[in-house]
Amino acid sequence: MADISSALTEIVGKGYVSQQAQERYFYSQDPGLMQPHEPDYVVLPASADEVQRVVKLANEQKIPVVPRGGGLSLTGLAIPQRGGILVDMRRMDRILEVNERARYAVVEGGTSEGRIIAYLERHHPTLRHSIPDAPPQATLVGNAAIHGQGRLAQQYGFTSDMVTGLEVVLPTGELCKIGSCSMSPYWFSKGPPLPDMSGLFLGWIGTSGIITKIGFKLYPRKKLRDVETFVTDLPDLIPDIVFKLTHLEMVEDINIWFQPLPLMFKGNHHMDIYLTGDTDEELEFKRRMVWNALSEYIEAKDGGFMWLMPDVKPTFMEMPQKSIARFADVRKGGGFQYAGPIILVEKYPDCARKTEELGSKYKLGYSVMARMIGRGHCMMFGFAFTFNRANSDEMDRVRKALDEAIEFSLEHGGLPWKPTVDEQRAAMDMMDPNTLKLFGKLRKALDPNGIMNPGNWEVS
Amino acid sequence: MVELRFDEAKCEQCEGVNCLVRCKHLNLDVDTAREEMRKIINGQHSFVLDRCVTCYACEEYCPFGNHPFYLIVERQEQEGMLLAPRAITNQWINLCEPVGRYSVGKIQERALSLCYIPAFTDLVGGKLFEDVAASFFIGPEFFCNVVYLHFARASVIRERLPKVVENIAALGMKEVIFLHDECYGSFKSLAPAYGIPVPFKVTHYFEYLYDRLKQLSGQLKPLNMKVAYQRPCSSRLIPETDHYVDDIFSLLGVERVNRTYDRQNALCCSAIVRLNMGPEGRDMANDNQSKNIEDMLQAGVEHCVFNCPYCYMALSEKVAAKGVKPIHMIELCRLALGEEPAKGVMGYGRYQ
Amino acid sequence: MAEDYTKQIHRCFNCGYCKFDSTYSEFNCPSYVRFRFDTYSTSGRLWLINAWLRGEVQWDEHLGEILYTCVTCRNCAEQCIMRFSNDLVDWIIAARRDMMEKEQGKIPQRVGSFLEEIYRIGNPLKARMPRGEWADGVPGYSKGAEYLLYVGCLGSFDGKAREMAKSIATLLGLAGVSFGVLGDDEGCCGNEVRTLGEQTLFELLANNNIQQFRELGVRKVIAISPHSYHAMKNLYPALGADFEVLHYTQLLEQLVRDGQLKTRDTQAKVAYHDPCYLGRYNGIYDTPRQVLRGVPGLELVEMPRERQDAFCCGGGSGNFAMDLLEGSRDSPNRVRVREAYESGAAVLAVACPSCLTMLTSAVESEGLDDKLVVSDIGQILKQALVT
Repeated sequence: MADISSALTEIVGKGYVSQQAQERYFYSQDPGLMQPHEPDYVVLPASADEVQRVVKLANEQKIPVVPRGGGLSLTGLAIPQRGGILVDMRRMDRILEVNERARYAVVEGGTSEGRIIAYLERHHPTLRHSIPDAPPQATLVGNAAIHGQGRLAQQYGFTSDMVTGLEVVLPTGELCKIGSCSMSPYWFSKGPPLPDMSGLFLGWIGTSGIITKIGFKLYPRKKLRDVETFVTDLPDLIPDIVFKLTHLEMVEDINIWFQPLPLMFKGNHHMDIYLTGDTDEELEFKRRMVWNALSEYIEAKDGGFMWLMPDVKPTFMEMPQKSIARFADVRKGGGFQYAGPIILVEKYPDCARKTEELGSKYKLGYSVMARMIGRGHCMMFGFAFTFNRANSDEMDRVRKALDEAIEFSLEHGGLPWKPTVDEQRAAMDMMDPNTLKLFGKLRKALDPNGIMNPGNWEVS
Repeated sequence: MVELRFDEAKCEQCEGVNCLVRCKHLNLDVDTAREEMRKIINGQHSFVLDRCVTCYACEEYCPFGNHPFYLIVERQEQEGMLLAPRAITNQWINLCEPVGRYSVGKIQERALSLCYIPAFTDLVGGKLFEDVAASFFIGPEFFCNVVYLHFARASVIRERLPKVVENIAALGMKEVIFLHDECYGSFKSLAPAYGIPVPFKVTHYFEYLYDRLKQLSGQLKPLNMKVAYQRPCSSRLIPETDHYVDDIFSLLGVERVNRTYDRQNALCCSAIVRLNMGPEGRDMANDNQSKNIEDMLQAGVEHCVFNCPYCYMALSEKVAAKGVKPIHMIELCRLALGEEPAKGVMGYGRYQ
Repeated sequence: MAEDYTKQIHRCFNCGYCKFDSTYSEFNCPSYVRFRFDTYSTSGRLWLINAWLRGEVQWDEHLGEILYTCVTCRNCAEQCIMRFSNDLVDWIIAARRDMMEKEQGKIPQRVGSFLEEIYRIGNPLKARMPRGEWADGVPGYSKGAEYLLYVGCLGSFDGKAREMAKSIATLLGLAGVSFGVLGDDEGCCGNEVRTLGEQTLFELLANNNIQQFRELGVRKVIAISPHSYHAMKNLYPALGADFEVLHYTQLLEQLVRDGQLKTRDTQAKVAYHDPCYLGRYNGIYDTPRQVLRGVPGLELVEMPRERQDAFCCGGGSGNFAMDLLEGSRDSPNRVRVREAYESGAAVLAVACPSCLTMLTSAVESEGLDDKLVVSDIGQILKQALVT
């Protein structure tokens, strides 16, 4: 083992390898509720070359390699289930290129969302990317590797849909370019018109390689942005409302939340509808269209727009929205986790009622947070529960509630998003056998030694 | 439970039916107005109940000190009407449900009610409040509940107000200074109208400011400003306090410009109208707000002085966008004392 | 608050906002920037402390190193989005205190020797010369003087900081301020000792100072170090102190404003580095800038990370002497001087002896000797003075 350690030191340099108890403890877990498992080594590479050498070493030694970005999945996707080498990617955080006219950017694999936000703000104020509400230390690659969603998900889909190219260290150590960048100096397409191989990496949570560069689409950033919050006590209306809103093709993000506390929120479903415009007139026109689209509900007194006063509005406008992470401490416990299936919008009422039921069954603080993806094609429905890290009984109850929530969503045709190891197994059990077989073949072909984030998506 | 004391006899001898005739949103002749008022008194349906935007003005227009507006609200509720959508109504009722999240300072003989409006905490500093700032209370337990007049929910007021009076009285002060017209109005107008005894002296903060400014007059620097004053709907419950605006302005060297939408002709900030009605309500609110701001601009003012925090929150950003700086009355006084403006939500510091 | 940190510390969610500046442009936690393992960030430390409290991680030298590389700069407290944000640094200090009691003798060697030197000789810099040696020609404090000028350990013993102390004393003299220094009789302020977890020694040092000041009839203290300023202004009162405390830039600002110090045209491009204990701890951001702006011709430029977002020099919590974060291009003082240089400044102005020594040595390590000068506000003012 001393040999591996010195070989790693040789690769990444002194100070960037640890096999100390403290780093192994910290990197054995994430803020969620999954069972910890320690890595044997934690390394901090600074280049794709170093990543390649680490992966080659791992192949020689047949030890696992687990890439990690911000480590924020909450479902343990960067927990080294079989130990091995944990690769914290965040020293690779350079912004390599922004092509303003073609509206794409290329960054290194460990670049944080925060850095991208700040960079665009400062250097390219007419451009934006789809900012997730995860804390800013989340990495863009991490978000793409879990098919994450951000502020532009309603307009343009999953973060992985926005990718325009990849550089990947394959499980066998080769460095491979995917998309237009494989034959052109430009990173404008992840595949088309070539056979699209990006699907071998996007959403594979590091089981098919380590992404060392990523190209991604940027979108117009309007000068003005605002939010209107529509409130209704009838969850059954929500699928229709979403259909009407998305029909407008004028809305940026749509988020729905439902929580029992503070009391003023009790019993109501809140839909945050974001609007953008370059002028007051443009914004006002869109506002009017939104109001008109929902007037029948207002006239029937079944819903209305709430008053977002100046003291609360900034909370709604933040990107990322800090209140999401703050949910961890609403009961002074420092923890929360959510099951976030990707599911049809028509399932919103059932899912919302299920969350309430689970909250009361397991005596938990709960919150619903749903983000629309595409023009109502589907949504991420978050069954969120808060827990106290010092209360193991409560943590167990949250685990049970989450298990039930996922079971419920799968029964209702949903797919588990960033699934835990158990949820992956459940998904594979439900999968068409031929699909699963293909999946297994691909995995074997890509990773013959089974070293990449093993324990995850293991086709038996 | 307490009941509204409405004196029908006063209406019988009334000739002008000012309450409805002068209403800016109804546009009625005297005969129609009398007929509709009779229906309201008799508990029959009147279109007035549907079209009321809850601006409180009729309460001020009544020359006999009767309570046409409170009666309208009672009848709206009796008919099971919802002014705002159900979800919004419940949101507001739940918002101020007393659940033990209040805060009480070191109560002295005289205390300051911050109602349930945290933004006030930024404002009550400096010399003006140095004797009384520590003696405060804030929280839903002390919330005046007048706002439910806007939601056709007088029952909430009837249920909660007596308890609020009790809670405040239990703190043991002799006099309470209220920073919001609605609060003052609830103890000076609503409570008597419903026969609720108020066992402490009720002081409007205008009166407090006026007295305090006179004590500090040596330190006042005249502001030499022309301002628009945004008179809130709740001032119509207590029109007797309006003269203090002029009195204070004269101490500060501030001119309240003559403009169309001030005094009895004041235009509602329209926050509630926007909240309660569909797209037309929204258009009406936008229209009211534009007219109001245009009126300020025509009068050539640089500042709009606010009294009600909700008017402030509804209009401050909009007036600022047109180049008129919003300032709360307290901040205006502090400005004349050369004090650092507050930075919070209602702070003038945001617009300097 | 600090006492019951054990009941609060599990509340950290490890969301990581604490690592950034307010715009998210850079990681802004000095030890995280230096080491890049999450364990060296505030959330990493809190999780490890919690694990230690629960017996999941044992105390060893590496845990000590992780804990003591926190320079208590309060960037985390500024950026943390939770309601307990204000307590973060206190929790780390409380844990150090706790560990010092429970894991006796196992603190990192440099920390041990820092504390030992103060015990033995009254300063952490291993300096054996008389404390007042620097003060040749500076008036000693005598009863009735308006101000006591307190220079602290760095001001007494560190080469650059001594020049800083001397410049400030000269300026006060020229402005006709009634003041004096304690010279050989001055004691350590104890701020670093406290942050390292030695509360008892801190209280001993603080009480000695309070008693001495009281006996001398001191009513107003001018501290040259923001660290001493913070301790004396915010922590001494709980131990019975009732004197007024000023940071030297506050007095200089007054003297310039009142025309008692006049400056001549001085062409220089100057970036100001906010010291943590003046800025984030005490909210003083404008006063030092006012002094610089008062010098005609001097152009004040801002680094990308300034005020609440200022990136710490890495010298806090005893690291100006221990320097547990040294040895890398990513050492915070080196990162900071590069940032200053890239901002176009030729002079990096500081208002803290700890920043002065940290950044001066970084200029050398970065090979910027001919391009960037680190100078304290007193020295800059003194050079620009009309005499």
